[in-house]
Amino acid sequence: MPAYEPWTEVRGTEIIAAHADQEGATLPILHALQETFGYVAPEAVPLVAARLNLSRAEVHGIVTFYHEFRRHPPGRHVLRLCRAEACQSVGAEALGVHICERLGIDWHGTSADGNVTLEPVYCLGLCATGPAALLDGKPLGRLDADRLDAALERAPLERTFLERTR
Amino acid sequence: MTRIFVPRDAAALALGSDEVAVALAPHATIVRTGSRGLFWLEPMIEVETPAGRIAYGPVEASDIPGLLAAGLLDGAAHPKRLGPPEQIPFLARQTRLTFARCGVVDPLSLEDYRAHGGIKGLERAIEVGPVGILDEVTRSGLRGRGGAGFPTGIKWKTTADAASDRKYIVCNADEGDSGTYADRMLMEGDPFVLIEGMAINGIAVGATKGYVYTRSEYPHAVAAFDAALAVARAAGVLGSSVLGSRYTFDIEQRVGAGAYICGEETSLLESLEGRRGQVRAKPPLPAHKGLFQRPTVVNNLITLASIPVIMSEGAQAYHDFGMGRSRGTMPIQLAGNLRFAGLFEAGFGVTLGELVNDIGGGTRSGRPVRAVQVGGPLGAYFPPALFDTQFDYEAFAARGGLMGHGGVVVFDETVDLAKQARFAMEFAAIESCGKCTPCRIGSVRGQEVMDKIIAGQAVEANITLLRDLCETMKFGSLCALGGFIPLPVLSALTHFPEDFLPPVHRAAA
Ligand SMILES: Cc1cc2nc3c(=O)[nH]c(=O)nc-3n(C[C@H](O)[C@H](O)[C@H](O)COP(=O)(O)O)c2cc1C
Ligand code: SF4
Ligand code: FES
Repeated sequence: MPAYEPWTEVRGTEIIAAHADQEGATLPILHALQETFGYVAPEAVPLVAARLNLSRAEVHGIVTFYHEFRRHPPGRHVLRLCRAEACQSVGAEALGVHICERLGIDWHGTSADGNVTLEPVYCLGLCATGPAALLDGKPLGRLDADRLDAALERAPLERTFLERTR
Repeated sequence: MTRIFVPRDAAALALGSDEVAVALAPHATIVRTGSRGLFWLEPMIEVETPAGRIAYGPVEASDIPGLLAAGLLDGAAHPKRLGPPEQIPFLARQTRLTFARCGVVDPLSLEDYRAHGGIKGLERAIEVGPVGILDEVTRSGLRGRGGAGFPTGIKWKTTADAASDRKYIVCNADEGDSGTYADRMLMEGDPFVLIEGMAINGIAVGATKGYVYTRSEYPHAVAAFDAALAVARAAGVLGSSVLGSRYTFDIEQRVGAGAYICGEETSLLESLEGRRGQVRAKPPLPAHKGLFQRPTVVNNLITLASIPVIMSEGAQAYHDFGMGRSRGTMPIQLAGNLRFAGLFEAGFGVTLGELVNDIGGGTRSGRPVRAVQVGGPLGAYFPPALFDTQFDYEAFAARGGLMGHGGVVVFDETVDLAKQARFAMEFAAIESCGKCTPCRIGSVRGQEVMDKIIAGQAVEANITLLRDLCETMKFGSLCALGGFIPLPVLSALTHFPEDFLPPVHRAAA
């Protein structure tokens, strides 16, 4: 799991400034904010607007247009489960029902213990090895309920593995 | 030490190739590659022996001790030994032009790239100059692989002829269609071929800057391509003097943010400029007024990646493959419920039936094939009765479908086509850019109508309503999202009417 920083205006301003001097800077800035803080904080919107000479409404409109940008901090782990056709053909729908029940949440929700955020995604390009998902950025294939549960249980350990190999 | 090639393609990673690489590392020199695209065999590793490469697969980390004991490093016998990869029937039957190096080379080694025929196309392009390139690309018969099949030579010529202080090349790597992964595989497995293709395009039309717009769902492709850009710049393939010539060209990668509509070229340009990805009305064409109002070529990644081989081998060699007005090869992506799912590059003309039953080996579940969706979420559902349809832009259109980006998604008999039709409407509702009413409102209405049909409420009247709605969307929408979503809906209704019957009748049908 990527370790996110808590939102601060100082860091936010710094990140915005670092990406603002390029053509079409909005998406690169929003991506950088989300990478750092895990989401695009509402407090960031007026800062981005001011830096790029846009209205707040415009920036808000951009943030909400793109499904990728979160407006709330995610859980410790983010599971992006594919719901598109190729994964449907090998059982993605049942898998979605299973994981919602197991986590006690609906799509876009975060489990009560703050552990997992579940996000729908429409194709990861892993359509020959579905059902597919990205768990904290790690691709998973040929998932069934057992494999997915096991991956979620391993998720906190994966992090130490990743950090060790870094 | 013996060299072993272990894929780092995201699909191979999804099946544990990193763990395999870690287990092998103490015993061999590991070279990470892209994937050959035989996904039922992934992770598929290849050992370099004096007799050539020997493949093993699917390999799990737990298999490694046994494989080593059996003599893996010498390419010895083992139940998972597949032999020389080129002789595996699925690969042997293909014509790999665009994907010739994918899964073979180290994606970040320019030496490997050159050793396997890379850079020759760019060298020749510099030699013959813009006019020569435009002539070659036009004669090759290449048409856009992003879906619309527009002749690439004509598109380039339009931009070349437009006068401007600046022009741009934009590579569409948004690859949003379910069932497609060719762009992703190349970015991870042979990124230099895209860089080379874009540089040739830049020289042809007089553009010095290129953008690659990659979807955010592909983090591994994004990282791989950025790494390749750095290598290409350091080696002078990109920069102020491309390969030491008088041409300047550089590329920057930008990442999308989970909006399917940003694959539509004008929406993509809006997004690149930093706005909501709302479709622009045409004209003006991007070729005249595209990115930042400048003349811009927008091409699909596979279109651009097909250019180097056309330039190095010549237009005629490429044109010799294919059928009718569809020339060259198409990287077809077999996906979904299929036994042998993977990348199959072949000359146009192969039939859907060959792909699904013969090459793909039928379903993974072992149940009969019931439906195949070709061309992504805007593509039609085909029943086995139409499996004689050939892979060709015109042939698919004649059957009420589209080839799209070449994705083939197979469903077995458990599929419910009424549910699939509902999903098409739901997807359109989620992904509509909101610019025009038929699509924005129609997709939401379509979902409601499908809910009623599925619940068995006034089915006949609602089917009439659904058809009307599809007419309105087809003819009233500004872009192909709203315009083509009727294809999956109506094809499901036409070819699988029994799935739309009220529940009580369905069992009897
Ligand atoms: C809703 C929608 C989504 C699209 N998605 C893609 C895509 O992901 N990749 C792509 O290359 N073209 C996509 N297209 C087609 C592009 O608009 C455009 O035709 C293409 O990029 C042109 O390149 P080509 O001539 O090389 O095919 C899409 C079109 C529509 C209407
Ligand atoms: S058809 Fe849909 S996606 Fe296309 S312009 Fe209209 S609202 Fe936007
Ligand atoms: S449809 Fe699920 S990864 Fe492509």
